[in-house]
Amino acid sequence: MNEHASSQTEPKADARSLRFGESWDYAPAPESVKVEIAEKYGHYINGKFTTPTKTTKFFGSINPSNEKVLCKVTQGTKKDVDKAVDAAKSALTGWKRLSGKERGKYLYRIARRIQERARELAVLESMDGGKPIRESRDVDVPLAAQHFFYHAGWADKLKYAFPNRDPQPVGVCGQIIPWNFPLLMAAWKIAPALACGNTVVLKPAETTPLTALRLAEIFDECELPAGVVNIVTGDGATGQALAEHKGLDKLAFTGSTSVGKKIAAAAAERDIPCTLELGGKSPNIIFDDASIDQAIEGIISGIYFNQGHVCCAGSRLFVQESVLDEVIRRLEWRMKSLRVGDPLDKNTDVGAINSKAQLATINRYLKIGSEEGAEVHVPGGGEVPAKGYWCRPCFFTGVQQSHQIAREEIFGPVLAVMSFRTPEEAIQRANNTPYGLSAGIWTDKGSKMFELAGKLKAGVIWCNTFNRFDAASPFGGYKESGFGREGGMQGLRGYVKF
Amino acid sequence: MADRRAAEFTTRSIKTSAKEAGLRLALSMVDLTTLEGKDSPEKVRSLCRKAVTPDPTDPSLPTVAAVCVYPELVKVARAELDKSEAGKKVSVASVATGFPSGQYPLEVRLYDVRRAVEAGANEIDMVISRGLFLAGQRGKVFDEIAAVKESCGDAHLKVILETGELETYDLVRAASDLAMNAGLTEHDFIKTSTGKVNPAATMGVTLVMLEAIRDHYFKTGVKIGMKPAGGIRSSKQALHYLVMVKETLGDDWMTPELFRFGASSLANDLLMQLARRRTGHYMSPDDFSEA
Repeated sequence: MNEHASSQTEPKADARSLRFGESWDYAPAPESVKVEIAEKYGHYINGKFTTPTKTTKFFGSINPSNEKVLCKVTQGTKKDVDKAVDAAKSALTGWKRLSGKERGKYLYRIARRIQERARELAVLESMDGGKPIRESRDVDVPLAAQHFFYHAGWADKLKYAFPNRDPQPVGVCGQIIPWNFPLLMAAWKIAPALACGNTVVLKPAETTPLTALRLAEIFDECELPAGVVNIVTGDGATGQALAEHKGLDKLAFTGSTSVGKKIAAAAAERDIPCTLELGGKSPNIIFDDASIDQAIEGIISGIYFNQGHVCCAGSRLFVQESVLDEVIRRLEWRMKSLRVGDPLDKNTDVGAINSKAQLATINRYLKIGSEEGAEVHVPGGGEVPAKGYWCRPCFFTGVQQSHQIAREEIFGPVLAVMSFRTPEEAIQRANNTPYGLSAGIWTDKGSKMFELAGKLKAGVIWCNTFNRFDAASPFGGYKESGFGREGGMQGLRGYVKF
Repeated sequence: MADRRAAEFTTRSIKTSAKEAGLRLALSMVDLTTLEGKDSPEKVRSLCRKAVTPDPTDPSLPTVAAVCVYPELVKVARAELDKSEAGKKVSVASVATGFPSGQYPLEVRLYDVRRAVEAGANEIDMVISRGLFLAGQRGKVFDEIAAVKESCGDAHLKVILETGELETYDLVRAASDLAMNAGLTEHDFIKTSTGKVNPAATMGVTLVMLEAIRDHYFKTGVKIGMKPAGGIRSSKQALHYLVMVKETLGDDWMTPELFRFGASSLANDLLMQLARRRTGHYMSPDDFSEA
């Protein structure tokens, strides 16, 4: 099929093609650790898991790679949220009076416990969210532990972060997190809040609550004082109940821009601080003087990492016109070696789409893209499993700046490829978006890199790399990608008042 | 990013049937090597027997691809290999051109090549003049490689870049392109190292060279082979390299005609792993002959 397609455009390349077949096929390498999952889970409020009553409603957490229900999770009601906020409020006095050194000890303990239970957390994350085990094992869980370690270090040094000022905790923080990095986002939210002396009510995403509940177990093991972190599970209604709760002193949200606007409105109504980390449509810009093979790796990790469920994904690719054909050709080869399938197989590169609803969204955009006149390329062969939610990594060529697929966040393994001629044009088109979360620049010329980095409107700019994260590096957006920073010294600002 | 990509290959999990097939394939790609001043005819003969029958207790194993020796021992090696039908198919590779430094007049180096070929070498592993290359006299290096290629006659040529002395990936890439453009033909090789300089082969360097081979193939249609040499001692490393070849150049390069390991101790580790798969337990290193 693929040979056929290329023969129309490049007759010579037909005879010279790389065969990525089955000559030495990797045998299945399933992760062998088995994780215990209870039948039902309650909320974690005031240091205890709640027990269901007659009126308790549950919803299923589904494994997106086989559509099986992993377990039942409690749908949080207004009452549950009340209880959680009350618990956080009661715990606040004791927690903020604790010395920074003591708070730091708890955070160190949590970080170490995450490391000790790393494999279990990674497997659970892959089962609940569909991401490949190599990513949950090598990225999500180690980074989550790093965030606790990093903020443990700040807990007794806050005065150095804000010289000549007297940083005080904000109070009770309502935190709502998305489904793309469930454990990591929980760590991003909880670690700085606790380091600064706040208490927390966290609502994990409806489709991926399990690792946050596992984290609650870890808090328990570490004897974190009751009520310092409370976790309420549920859908959007639970999130709304939390966001609109009168007892909160701060709101923090990571997720879609449309929901983020509602959160901002809810925060504005009560005049409480709010930090938002929202969507993106980030540009990845490749110049002709870049090392193309390296840039290809950047494209791959930019858009196909975590099935494209990454707010800062490099979903718009701008390639300098003179190397456009070469980039597309190499991208196609590279994508042939991406392995799509069982998230728990250690050789899987691209796992399952997180939910049925998200798959429908992605498919809708794929349809729109074709209708708008762009051409879709799906280089990888092979069958995806019959059950589960799957989308093969793909990209569109012939994309115009006005196309929906070039403007709206798809949140899937779908890349829009466009070209440019001059650096000025690249900057203009890269910035021409309501978003501004991240950007990538690929060139071997340092001066060009710095020139561009200064002109791109994005919170994070990667040069000759993409999607690299570190607890010490602040992360956040411009424009409709949100405000406030997470991680680094700058991330502490959202959790202190003076 | 090259190092990051190279590291990704090492996270592939190769188990069960894939491991078995990979170990056998790797064994068939080994250039069994001895390059010491004290090499004796006896050691080389012993090496040749090992090349043909890597593990006498397992006759199902393939032979290795070649034995690699100094020019003075080519005759001994060829004669020993020719004693058996299987041995006749094993190549004799000879290092030449003033290996390992290449710091000799060109006439001497070319004479070195011709003598080795006359003595029966099927493959010549030459070293480039790193001095000239680093001094920017790339045209001269190009001419020298072309001259050596001509002196090889029917023997396949492997061009050793000695990447440990080139240091940067940019220079490794430039040297790879230069060598391939200097008249290498199908199934000639580019090779990382002599094994006499540290660092020898690394995953990153090999990846850059594989990418150069890929681009050369698309430009010219000529399939050049790749030989990382030095420092590859364990089966695990060998499997990582195979993963890298498979995912960079595809199925066509998964053959001894286009990929080799220059190694002396790798073979025994492969044999030990294969025996472990066959018998269910690990044997002692002493259960395998050293050469």
